[in-house]
Amino acid sequence: MNFLMDALNWILDPALHQGSDSLGARIGEHLAYTFGAVIIGALIAIPLGIVVGHTKRGAALAVSFTGGLRALPSLGVLILIGLSVGIGFQAPLATFVIMAIPPLLSGTYAGIQAVNPLTVDAARAMGMTPLQVVFQVEVPLALPLIVAGMRSAILQVVATATLAAYVSGGALGVYIFSALARRDYPQMLAASMIVIVLAFVLEGIFALLQRLARPRGTVVLG
Amino acid sequence: MDWLSKNWMLVLDLSWVHVGLSIVPVIVGLAIALPLAWVSFRFKRVGRFLVPASGLLYTIPSLPMFIALPVILGTAILDPANLIVGLTIYAVALLVRQIVDALVSVSSDVRQASVAMGYSSWQRFWRVDLPLAGPVLLSGLRVVAVSTVSLVSIGSVIGVTSLGYLFLNGFKRGIPAEVLVGVIATVIIAFVFDGALVLLGRFLMPWTRRRTS
Repeated sequence: MNFLMDALNWILDPALHQGSDSLGARIGEHLAYTFGAVIIGALIAIPLGIVVGHTKRGAALAVSFTGGLRALPSLGVLILIGLSVGIGFQAPLATFVIMAIPPLLSGTYAGIQAVNPLTVDAARAMGMTPLQVVFQVEVPLALPLIVAGMRSAILQVVATATLAAYVSGGALGVYIFSALARRDYPQMLAASMIVIVLAFVLEGIFALLQRLARPRGTVVLG
Repeated sequence: MDWLSKNWMLVLDLSWVHVGLSIVPVIVGLAIALPLAWVSFRFKRVGRFLVPASGLLYTIPSLPMFIALPVILGTAILDPANLIVGLTIYAVALLVRQIVDALVSVSSDVRQASVAMGYSSWQRFWRVDLPLAGPVLLSGLRVVAVSTVSLVSIGSVIGVTSLGYLFLNGFKRGIPAEVLVGVIATVIIAFVFDGALVLLGRFLMPWTRRRTS
């Protein structure tokens, strides 16, 4: 329990909350990585997922591609990119985009593919153009699974963002890595608890969003 | 690739250590998740609590989890047990939901037929529910195996040696080839694990082969 008290004292220290590298600023960096990477990842993965899900072409390729990306060790990719583009925020951001793509792609693809083909046929029979079918039928019905993909992408990045500090990229990992070097366990623990709480809060918000994303009058897809 | 030709012994040694650190959490995770999933499936009231609770464990970021575990386990900070327990927790978190889903997917007609044939609930689980849930269970196990292999390297940050050592050492000494070899070796191990599970699935569930071909 001593460690926990020390960790709490570390968080409550007023010096931590002042200046440009305050705890609040670090949390801001952590969130900026998280949302930045997921937004960039979504711009790449969601259109791709819609195309694959709608045309049913390249599905096998998409599945093995996302599987392959999942096998990549995040720390190794981060350091590899860090060594080529230098330290700072670019290498972590690029790494986190790579981490965010698999869940976004498979969520979108699975969501579109799970739409009842009879519903799509009905939409066509009503005279909808292919674009209308995609954006007025398939995407709204797939939305819960797309948001679920976003939720797991956010979860993935908020966890990995802790590693950004290893290549001098800031965020909450700064406290963990500086404490690791000094063997300062209470600071390590305090920073870890903050990251864990942050992950829980984001997870809670997205669980709620996922519920709201369900179009009215439909049953749960997955 | 000059670096690899001079250091392939090191890469091989680290790969074996990496494999050892990855296998334990997957096997122990499955052994823990199976009874938990069965209880969640059999007693819906318990399941309504147990399944989301195990899912919540997956929300905990890895590095913070490895750092926080010594407080709970009473282990030393650099103890490899922290890594193994942490990865086992992730395996359980992913597998409980997946196995429950797999058991739910078993047709209730088949289950009722086995009851009518006089199977006890123990026999029904091992001879009907589990084999029929096998394919869905296997796909969950494959995800767990691949993610465990890639997470093991994070342990090197808290002093547990694995292929992750090549990442940290390569960064310190500025050798991209060393980091790249580490990444490739990790991916190869993940694919070998995945392939081994697929083969094991074909061997244990020969009936699924006909359906897929």
